[in-house]
Amino acid sequence: MDKILEMMLEKVAGLHGVPEGAYNIRANGQMAGRNTTANIDIVTREDGTGIDVHIKPGTKNESVHIPVILSQTGLTELVCNDFYIGENSDVTIIAGCGIHNGGAKESRHDGIHRFFVGKNAKLKYVEKHYGEGEGSGERVMNPRTEITMEEGSYMEMETVQIKGIDSTNRETEAHLKAGAKLVVQERLMTHGSQTAESRFDVSMDGENSSANIISRSVAKDSSTQCFYSNLRGNSLCAGHTECDAIIMDHAKISSLPEITANHPDAALIHEAAIGKIAGDQIIKLMTLGLTEQEAEAQIVNGFLK
Amino acid sequence: MLEMRNLSFGVDDSQGKKEILKDVSLTVGDDKFVVITGPNGGGKSTLAKLIMGIEKPKSGQILFDGQDITEKNITERANMGISFALQQPVRFKGVQVLDLIRLAAKKQLSAADACRYLSEVGLCAKDYINREVNASLSGGELKRIEIATVLARGTKLSVFDEPEAGIDLWSFQNLIQVFENMRKNTHGSIIIISHQERILEIADEIVVISDGSILKHGPKDEILPEILGTASAPGSCQFYRRDR
Repeated sequence: MDKILEMMLEKVAGLHGVPEGAYNIRANGQMAGRNTTANIDIVTREDGTGIDVHIKPGTKNESVHIPVILSQTGLTELVCNDFYIGENSDVTIIAGCGIHNGGAKESRHDGIHRFFVGKNAKLKYVEKHYGEGEGSGERVMNPRTEITMEEGSYMEMETVQIKGIDSTNRETEAHLKAGAKLVVQERLMTHGSQTAESRFDVSMDGENSSANIISRSVAKDSSTQCFYSNLRGNSLCAGHTECDAIIMDHAKISSLPEITANHPDAALIHEAAIGKIAGDQIIKLMTLGLTEQEAEAQIVNGFLK
Repeated sequence: MLEMRNLSFGVDDSQGKKEILKDVSLTVGDDKFVVITGPNGGGKSTLAKLIMGIEKPKSGQILFDGQDITEKNITERANMGISFALQQPVRFKGVQVLDLIRLAAKKQLSAADACRYLSEVGLCAKDYINREVNASLSGGELKRIEIATVLARGTKLSVFDEPEAGIDLWSFQNLIQVFENMRKNTHGSIIIISHQERILEIADEIVVISDGSILKHGPKDEILPEILGTASAPGSCQFYRRDR
């Protein structure tokens, strides 16, 4: 593994070298390492488009790392990965994508992740995006996540994109059966002239299903962001979507939370707020001895934590 | 020592210019506990903000330990040893109580050490240390955390703008103790803006500000009877009593 790959792995997956447990490392379109365990199998699809991850029913406290690194300028790829989470299992999947673009051409990673969360299974899915590189080529990521949740299942999805991705178009679609619960925490920061769009479409189809979509974002410089979420209540269910954004400099943000009740017992709430950092927040931190710039950084870091 | 020399401050409002402070001069000696009181709108909070640098005076001079700080910004004054507890504390999404106390203390305090400051202001520390300083905290809780940040700084001069506002009666006794302890344990001056008789009682000196000017300034034993006095109290102190 070369230096850039090692560094990128640390950024997107917090990894120092090879991870424990099951993993599949993809670097520049090729498999760069894989490990399977007694309970977790990773198989390359026959058509070469990606991998299928199978987690046996009842698997507890295991994790799967599936980082993707692009360090070749001009490389564009589309990867489709399917995850089958067995009934009654309790696992963590850590996906991260890092692009290091040292050249002038666009580097792009489009990914489709499909999750099939089995009955009463519990899944934590973490996805980090990071980009860097001295080249003028754009770093682009377009992740699409499709989630099917069986009865009584629970999924927590944490997505973080803090730095360096020039353009992103994220789509997340979920269908929840009875008693299923989905929690999404999105953290996004854009700077320079970056653009980011994030869409959520969540259908609560089964009785007592629930979803909580929380997005926090910071737009700096002349970047633009668009957040769109639609929660559809098709049964007795509870849904909450919240997006909270800090706007700075000359950035632009639009936020479109939407709720649709197709059933009289659907309880749905949406909240959205966009605003600058409050002047008194800066003043308070300055009275503790921070400079104005340090205060601003502290507020943004806390907000995105 | 803090010296304010001929400070004036005004704002422009719809009716034209409005003077908030008129030629105010006041000296706060080392290790002194000074309570500033007076009717609402009299200019007390403005004076506190001028000390911290949140507002700049129209004219006049502020000296701290002999150094002219009139042109220094908030950060510089904070680093010279001035602390300020806001009348209306600020909320921060995502910032934990522990983060704020650590920022105040300027070091990586252990959670146990940070808890000590919270306990001092009457908060059950372990319930609060990991909470976010956001809308889930009540006004009274925020207020005590605000005071804890000033304790954690332990600077030469601490200014509190109406610390009792929003604190329930049960916790008030505790608050008085906080200030008594501060007086005993920290070597520095304390300026408190307050309407509370109990706080006035523990002062070394009392300053009465009304209509932008200092009406009275002197030792507690001299001033307190006057402002709590009955028929003998002078005119604007009757106003002050009504205001309470």
